[in-house]
Amino acid sequence: MTGGRPGPEPPAPTAPRRAWVEQIMGMPISVHLRGPGVGGAAASAAVAAVFAELRAVDAVFSTYRADSDVMRLNRGEVDLAGCHADVGAVVELCDLARLRTGGLFDPELPAPDGGTWFDPSGLVKGWAVERAAAHLAGLGGAGGLDFCLNAGGDVIVGTADDGSPAWRVGIEDPTDLSRIVCVVPLRAGGVATSGRAHRGGHIVDPRTGAPASAVLAATVTGPSLMWADVYATAAVVRGADALEWLDSLAGYEGLVVEPDGRAFATPGFPRAGA
Amino acid sequence: MRRITAWLLGTVSGVVLLVSYHTSTMGSALPPAPTTAAGEVSPPATAATAPLAGAARSAIAAPAPATPATPATPATSAVPSGDAVVNGAAVSTRWGIVQVQIHVQNGQIVDVVPLAVPDSNGHDFRVNSYAVPVLHDEVLAAQSANIDTVSGATVTSNGYIRSLQSALDAAHLSRS
Repeated sequence: MTGGRPGPEPPAPTAPRRAWVEQIMGMPISVHLRGPGVGGAAASAAVAAVFAELRAVDAVFSTYRADSDVMRLNRGEVDLAGCHADVGAVVELCDLARLRTGGLFDPELPAPDGGTWFDPSGLVKGWAVERAAAHLAGLGGAGGLDFCLNAGGDVIVGTADDGSPAWRVGIEDPTDLSRIVCVVPLRAGGVATSGRAHRGGHIVDPRTGAPASAVLAATVTGPSLMWADVYATAAVVRGADALEWLDSLAGYEGLVVEPDGRAFATPGFPRAGA
Repeated sequence: MRRITAWLLGTVSGVVLLVSYHTSTMGSALPPAPTTAAGEVSPPATAATAPLAGAARSAIAAPAPATPATPATPATSAVPSGDAVVNGAAVSTRWGIVQVQIHVQNGQIVDVVPLAVPDSNGHDFRVNSYAVPVLHDEVLAAQSANIDTVSGATVTSNGYIRSLQSALDAAHLSRS
């Protein structure tokens, strides 16, 4: 019989740490840096570059801005060639995501007017955050800086060297937002969670057009935040066999929380104390 | 052998209670012994020869699930004195079908793995090699978990001020 688990691990030795937060793309973006250089100009400049890049991506891809490239594309005012080059790159990634998820990830979503439109938001977020985080990964140097970037609940981290402690990523309990299901210790890569805890049924099953409901929340961790996010969204849509599917994905591990609050993880899912 | 079988069955019942814990919030009290059938634990044991099984069956008051119990996978081995992996019987509870697998080393049960547990609608939920239950005692109050950040379903700007993440950020915010 599995016995009781030890209590929380003792806190890691405290390195200097500093956080920045901005609201971009309608969500909070927090950057935490850890290491002796957090107070330096290089750190501030790198964080500013992250925020600037995310704002630029929002201007191109937002479905809330009438003047974004994606909205102009949706209205037929421009073709793909007339859009920012990133739009074409994202369209190709969306095709790949549709392929890898068996069609469960689909950027052709119901539009407010009742038709469908191209809304790549579900992929753009992870893609943009992962690309922007490259500004922080370059902050190694002597002593180095660890970074933890959280964009609306999706997390990407890096550590400067093997001596850095892992970042402890709490996985929110969708049935009680004051609690966490488990802790993922992460030194590099991404953790993405999709579900219905904050926005109601905002993940749509492209097979039925209805909100997905069999899985309350799915968390995926792996080397790429973008793919972790795509897979987590697809897992929520997939429902009953989501975990079996996640386990088949090389390099990625998953955890699902069912509507009654029970959680199940793939055998390789990293959990502190487990 | 019979005593050992009964002991294993008792363990199965205990585990059934354990894995049924989360569904017990449906408002019903746990049955005293939610087993209806056993017998696949060791080859000579059958439901007819296990005294626990008959008594437990009559203790079930709630209607059984409409679907009959899926046949239990035959035990791959059942030598409690050595090392073995034993599949328990598929047991029908008021919430659905529960089956556990018992790992024996040197005659001691070292692990019990749920193979099937019911979901909240009473449907058979099969837990396979790809699925590991996250035990309830891993669920922590966020304040005690010593975490750096929170991964959750999309946090919006409107919800941020009430989120755990905002508190974690506030502890380190730059004033520059």
